[in-house]
Amino acid sequence: MKYQAKNMFLGVAFFSAFLAGCASTDTDGSGQEGADSVSTYTESTDSMNDSYNTDDMANLETVFYFEFDQATLTVKARQALDAQIARLKKTTGPVRLEGHADERGTREYNIALGERRAISVADYMAINGIPRYRIETVSYGEERPVAFGQSESTYSQNRRVELK
Amino acid sequence: MLIRIITALIFLSVSSLSMAELTIQVNKGKDDPVPIAIVPFGWQSGLTVAEDIASIVESDLHRSGQFAPLSRSDMLGRPRNATEVYYRDWKSLGVDYVVVGTLSQEVTGTITANYELLDVNTQRVILTGKESVSIDKPRYLAHSVSDKIYEKLTNIRGAFRTQLLYVSAVREGGNRTRFRLLKSDIDGANESVLFDSREPIMAPTWSPDGQKIAYVSFESTRPAIYIQDLRTNARTQLTSFRGLNGAPAFSPDGAKMAMVLSKDGSPDIYVMDLASGDLQRVTNHFAIDTEPAWMPDGKSIVFTSDRGGKPQIYKVNVSSGSVERVTFEGDYNARARVLADGLGLVMVHRDSGNFHIAVMDLKRNRVEILTTTNLDESPSVAPNASMLLYATQYDGKGVLAAVSIDGGVRYRLPSRFGDVREPAWSPFLQ
Repeated sequence: MKYQAKNMFLGVAFFSAFLAGCASTDTDGSGQEGADSVSTYTESTDSMNDSYNTDDMANLETVFYFEFDQATLTVKARQALDAQIARLKKTTGPVRLEGHADERGTREYNIALGERRAISVADYMAINGIPRYRIETVSYGEERPVAFGQSESTYSQNRRVELK
Repeated sequence: MLIRIITALIFLSVSSLSMAELTIQVNKGKDDPVPIAIVPFGWQSGLTVAEDIASIVESDLHRSGQFAPLSRSDMLGRPRNATEVYYRDWKSLGVDYVVVGTLSQEVTGTITANYELLDVNTQRVILTGKESVSIDKPRYLAHSVSDKIYEKLTNIRGAFRTQLLYVSAVREGGNRTRFRLLKSDIDGANESVLFDSREPIMAPTWSPDGQKIAYVSFESTRPAIYIQDLRTNARTQLTSFRGLNGAPAFSPDGAKMAMVLSKDGSPDIYVMDLASGDLQRVTNHFAIDTEPAWMPDGKSIVFTSDRGGKPQIYKVNVSSGSVERVTFEGDYNARARVLADGLGLVMVHRDSGNFHIAVMDLKRNRVEILTTTNLDESPSVAPNASMLLYATQYDGKGVLAAVSIDGGVRYRLPSRFGDVREPAWSPFLQ
């Protein structure tokens, strides 16, 4: 009886710790749905950093894409970012992140959405070791599209953050 | 005599219009527009005026959608004053009103229009007027006449002497775009470039006295708010805070500027005192608060916020900071502009995935969609509240469109090159 209780206690303790560890960090504090500013962050592991050699550096992604109305990083975006972070850790210059949105909706609101996306990337970089003071975030909203027209394809190409 | 001819010729040579970016097409008029004849004005012998004054008046009244001008080829005569008018001729043509007039140079360097508005059915002169302008402003003379005729027949103050600000973007190949901030007469004439840049220009807005404008420019590689004096063209940078600097809006008394800044963490509404530079934070919420517009009493500001999940219109009391939600219909409402009487607002409203311009009656809480075009944005209301301009897409290009507040009149102003967007209708300027 005593043995079972102890196990249950430990089980509950581990389960709580597990829950706490998995809680999403609401880093920009908005904590609401819809425009979806909640972002989850995971630390990249050292083994991932070491696997990028100089040949890969030249072909690294500098554009990270987002889903409609989202400022959360997709898995693909995070993987591309990890490669950039590894490179940036070996340099010291400033990093400029330019956030963009597709043309739907009003211009000034889209400027704010673009900023949310750029900050999302900046926060991920900071958490993974790039000092925040190196990073500048600017939003162009819908003002600098790379694709023109009203199709899903052009919209998805414009929902992006560019690293410069 | 010789001096007059020389003056007129000099005037002719300098007045050649630059290629206006806007050309106007009227699509749909009110169901029962008032038939009116604007007879070409006569002129004092020896005087030459570079503009067809009567034609501009005709175009103004036509664009309002409330009048149906008679074609010149249908006119049976060209009277220049009331004594030359045969009412029965005009009645047989089905017109309700006739405008006749003459142009003269009463003082050197000016032109004067003497005109009369006649009621064909009662056979009476109901308005006699005289307008004078300096000789280099013939279109302004015509718009002055249009305003008086419009006011007499509709009891609404005319807005034909107002102006328009808008942004144009021309793609120059190789991923480069040329942005321009432009100003023109309300019919697209007399266009001038106020600012020219390789970086985006956004959110142009007028000061309440019409003498200054403010806008956002990315010329410093970051968005910042600039003020430009229209008389001197002098530019001053108003803000350069970290993060967003956007959506400037002069207060109704012209002493303050509302704006969006994200320097304190998330986009919020701030008000800056223009004389002292003092900054007051008006909203404080982790959501996006943007697109401020002042209520006419200067005490509260309507703005867009996604604090409830999706963009909706809210109102904040500037001194107390208390916020209330304004829109509850539709899943996206943004970019509100308040009507002059404060009883309604126009905004961008999403319905079934389409972005339209809608008008909301603030007392009755009723929302009515005004446009049938899609991807509509940036509504700007005329100071007499009769019409509004907005930006939309047509034939793959950004164009400006106009619609009357009751939705009955529509016209489009496509540009001759590039995309145009973000129209800002001036206040009354005279």
